[in-house]
Amino acid sequence: MLKLLKYLKWYDYLLSLVVVAFVVGQVWLNIRLIESMGEIVALIQAHAEGAPLTSEMLWDLGIKMILMAVGICLCVIVIAFLASKISTSFSRTLRSKVFSKVNSFSMEEMNKFSTASLITRSTNDIRQVEQTVFMTLRMAIMAPVMAGFSIAKIVGSSMELTWATVISVLLLLVLIIFLFIFAVPKFTSIQKKTDKINNVTRENLTGIRVVRAYNAEKEQEQKFEIVNEDLTKTNLFVNRLMALLSPGMNIIMNGLSVAIYVLGAYLINGGSLEYSTMVTFVSYAMNILMSFMFISMMFVMVPRGVVSGRRINEILSTTTKIHDGEGVKTENEGSVEFKNVFFKYPDAEEYVLEDISFKVNKGETIAFIGSTGSGKSTLINLIPRFFDASEGEILVDGVDIKQYKLSELNDKIGYVPQKGYLFSGTIRSNLCYGDENASEEKLIEALKISQSNFVKKLDGGLDHPIAQGGTNVSGGQRQRLSIARAIVKQPEIYIFDDSFSALDYKTDKTLRKALKKYTKDATKIIVAQRVGTILDADKIVVLNEGKMVGMGTHDELLKTCEVYREIAESQLGKEAVDGTK
Amino acid sequence: MGPNKKSADKAKNFKKSFKRLILSLKPHYVSIIFGLLFAILGTVLALALPNVMKIISEEIFTAVELNISIDLQRVMTVAIWLIAMCISSALFEYLQGIIMAKISAKVTKNMRTQISEKINRLPLKYFDSQTYGDILSRVTNDVDTIGQSLNSNLSSIITCVTMVIGALVMMFVNSWQLTLITLASTPVSIVIVLLIVKFSQKYFVRQQNSLGELNGIIEENYSAHNIVKTFNAEQKAQNDFEKVNKVLYSSGFKSHFFSGILYPVMNFITNLVYVLVCVVGGIISIETPIFAITIVAFIEYMRIFNQQIGSLAQISGTVQSAVAASERVFEFLDEPEQAEENEKTAKITDVKGLVEFKNVCFGYEEGKEIIHNFSAKILPGQKVAIVGPTGAGKTTMVNLLMRFYDINSGDITIDGVSIYDMKREDVRELFGMVLQDTWVFDGTIRENIAYGSEDKTNEEIEKACSFAHIDHFIRSLPGGYDMMLDETANISQGQRQLLTIARAMVNNAPMLILDEATSSVDTRTEIQIQKAMDKLTEGRTSFVIAHRLSTIQNADQILVMRDGNIVEQGTHEQLLAKNGFYAELYNSGIQA
Repeated sequence: MLKLLKYLKWYDYLLSLVVVAFVVGQVWLNIRLIESMGEIVALIQAHAEGAPLTSEMLWDLGIKMILMAVGICLCVIVIAFLASKISTSFSRTLRSKVFSKVNSFSMEEMNKFSTASLITRSTNDIRQVEQTVFMTLRMAIMAPVMAGFSIAKIVGSSMELTWATVISVLLLLVLIIFLFIFAVPKFTSIQKKTDKINNVTRENLTGIRVVRAYNAEKEQEQKFEIVNEDLTKTNLFVNRLMALLSPGMNIIMNGLSVAIYVLGAYLINGGSLEYSTMVTFVSYAMNILMSFMFISMMFVMVPRGVVSGRRINEILSTTTKIHDGEGVKTENEGSVEFKNVFFKYPDAEEYVLEDISFKVNKGETIAFIGSTGSGKSTLINLIPRFFDASEGEILVDGVDIKQYKLSELNDKIGYVPQKGYLFSGTIRSNLCYGDENASEEKLIEALKISQSNFVKKLDGGLDHPIAQGGTNVSGGQRQRLSIARAIVKQPEIYIFDDSFSALDYKTDKTLRKALKKYTKDATKIIVAQRVGTILDADKIVVLNEGKMVGMGTHDELLKTCEVYREIAESQLGKEAVDGTK
Repeated sequence: MGPNKKSADKAKNFKKSFKRLILSLKPHYVSIIFGLLFAILGTVLALALPNVMKIISEEIFTAVELNISIDLQRVMTVAIWLIAMCISSALFEYLQGIIMAKISAKVTKNMRTQISEKINRLPLKYFDSQTYGDILSRVTNDVDTIGQSLNSNLSSIITCVTMVIGALVMMFVNSWQLTLITLASTPVSIVIVLLIVKFSQKYFVRQQNSLGELNGIIEENYSAHNIVKTFNAEQKAQNDFEKVNKVLYSSGFKSHFFSGILYPVMNFITNLVYVLVCVVGGIISIETPIFAITIVAFIEYMRIFNQQIGSLAQISGTVQSAVAASERVFEFLDEPEQAEENEKTAKITDVKGLVEFKNVCFGYEEGKEIIHNFSAKILPGQKVAIVGPTGAGKTTMVNLLMRFYDINSGDITIDGVSIYDMKREDVRELFGMVLQDTWVFDGTIRENIAYGSEDKTNEEIEKACSFAHIDHFIRSLPGGYDMMLDETANISQGQRQLLTIARAMVNNAPMLILDEATSSVDTRTEIQIQKAMDKLTEGRTSFVIAHRLSTIQNADQILVMRDGNIVEQGTHEQLLAKNGFYAELYNSGIQA
């Protein structure tokens, strides 16, 4: 949390000082207001003993008090203004910094944090910090100032009454500490148990067909009852404990008033205390108790902010391992070459890819096939530098990809991910994602190549709205649109990460045919699960457990590569494979 | 709160939902009455305190005025009374607190149970059209909101109202003149508060909206990080982000600020009244000096009065969100359920496995029929392959056979008995099912395999596992059959598939519904799965959503689906000869 404070601007610190000044002003005026009441009581008492008292004197005092009230009001408004300003501009800066930081991350850092966690950190945690800064400025400063002033006022007026106050404060602290020692661990366990309820319910929902097929509704309900009972018990425990707080505080506060009055009676009898002093003393004592309560509440509030602050700082202090190169200008060739590339994930012991070497030239198609976990996707992720190879070299257009600026490298690449993620907006805005000035003809052509004829049938055509993630179009349509998005960019190198999986065979085939025709100068790198998708590739690389076990055309591989043959036979049928021989 | 966690802040029909919430407390009315009684007792005692305190003040004040010594005996007696009062007041408050804690715990527990049971009574249609997140948030967030509100608010309302009335009475008792001054200020405060609230409301709404929008941008960019990077769109994303960030900043600032000035403005009015009370009280005291003590007690009551009015405003806010939350819970509980089937008695004991579709018409949405007049007869022990491109609606057949969905017209019979004359559970008992998305739950492997058939012995379970080629793998795991499965368990997709096959095997149903694995498993596991499935289907009438050519070729009947409808049916040879959609699929390199 403290490390985050460096993101406050210098004038924020200045403004914070101003806040402190106004808080002091507010508290001082507040105390003057209480004293004035003591003065009125003192005047009346003096009058009872024979001193003159007129209503004008009272009104004079009254007007002074009203001015004080106005002053308090103005102080608090200024404090509210500054506290809001500082805290919201702080969170704005943090949000902006965090967002641009995350954008600079490579896959390695994204995986380290996980997307879900990055999202909560950028939203909830920043809000938590904003709340904490706001509360600190508004409350945390006031409580000690108030306590300080009040203590200063009562110290010296009466030892005995001061002791009574000290004891009450201690009792109050004991009560609060006791409650929190017992309750706070339970709060965490309530959170965990709520997660469990969530889990069991989610389980029931995701497996609803299985639950019903096995007539296991009763079992699910019993499972739910167990966690439900558990959560209820913990909840009850905490609520019973917290029910102590308010009555406990009332006893302490009322007890203190009674104690002051009784002690006061003895002291006044002894002549060491004035009646009006006693009346104001009660007010100060209550102020002190309230301040200490606030301070202990802050101890509950602040740690939450600190935890959030730490989580944000973790993002901001992470530097991405993948940096821009110096920048190179190359001819648009579109060749890609792997030279003895090894890759393992950070902290992993085993290599995911071992000794990968191949070269693909302008206009050629290279395909990667292999079972799950064979490293196909990892391999192509190395080309746009989502990760850097652990050993070996990757060359694009004859130059090591680490020498390019990332933006130069990305300009050459048209990447189509497995899950065709679309952005909220329209079909047009998605297609123009890589090239904002793309012409209408270009878009229409891209749709044609990607077999996205369905767009014409949609309301608004190109301007048909797309929901976040593209959830309002089908999986196959999403894939075709994200292929079109890459086509609009007109890259030298296409990377298709299993991007045809949601298409039916017919569409898959026509799409590939169209692609071949319209992008014959571009290099195509394809990862596929289906042998049918890659039959006509110029080169097929067969991967097994991270190693290349074969490279060649379909026909060559059928003869030479056992793994490929196995895959082909299981997918196409033995007869079909033998037939193509 | 994440953008997906929906929780309403305002109820659509406040009155109706509020009434229903109160009615749902009916079993606890007696305890509630006791709770409220304690709350009132505690409050009345607390209210009396300043007035009793006044006795001491008066004693001291008069003594000082007359310059005689204070009657300490009397002060002590009163003090003991005071202590007794404040202890018993606290005791009543605590009793009230634990009663309410108990009630709210019971009520929320009951609500959760109701939701959980409701889930199992709703038709599948509901779940296919709703997001899980929404239902989950009703079980947790909404029920929590209700619980918290019941726990604190129910008694707070009573306490506050008692306090307000009591404080008002005591103010009148002490001085009617000062009371009138105080009361005159109340409407002024209310009007000012309402004005500020109304004014700041629009900034709150704007803040909420831009927060939602910003969360959307963040979610989108983080999830599609690869695309943002390869399309060099970081700058564009940052620009979009900054635009919304700026709006959020200005609306956030304003809503913070306006809610921040509410308190000082109200406090100012309170202070103003305080000053008036002091001055006017002082003027009265010129004639009657003892009135100075009344001022002190009066100010104490005034403080209570103002505080409680403030709390009431706060409570009304939380009550509103509690009612909105309960509306969402009730809404879910009121969803139409599957029809009762107690009167259905048809049962098949010795199943042969003759399945007949007779002129079946079906559509997921009303008016949108996708299966038109489909008929087929599947003889005992036959294997039916369901094929078609992705998204052609192959699972529809599963939905109909298992009665997850009911057909619009026609009939489906098993051994001549209509499945609509049987209870759902009796139909489902006839089928074993292995779906492609392999569902395993938190529990041991043994529990997962014996799901729905707890009476099976260990031998039976292990035998099923050897048939499913997974016995060896399970034994190699730490803990073997007693290993806990959860998200962290290192079990591959293929192994999960084998587990669910073993589950179906243990279940030993006379008929089968299978969904073949596609591509998510490696070749070796795929062969094992295939063998396990072949073993499973031996001698059983089975429906297979097929992807593999060998399965399709060996099927006794093939149903070809396209756009939800069954477009062709027959054997492999018949369909090829027909030269229709199936032939087209097959020739375009069917690796289906």
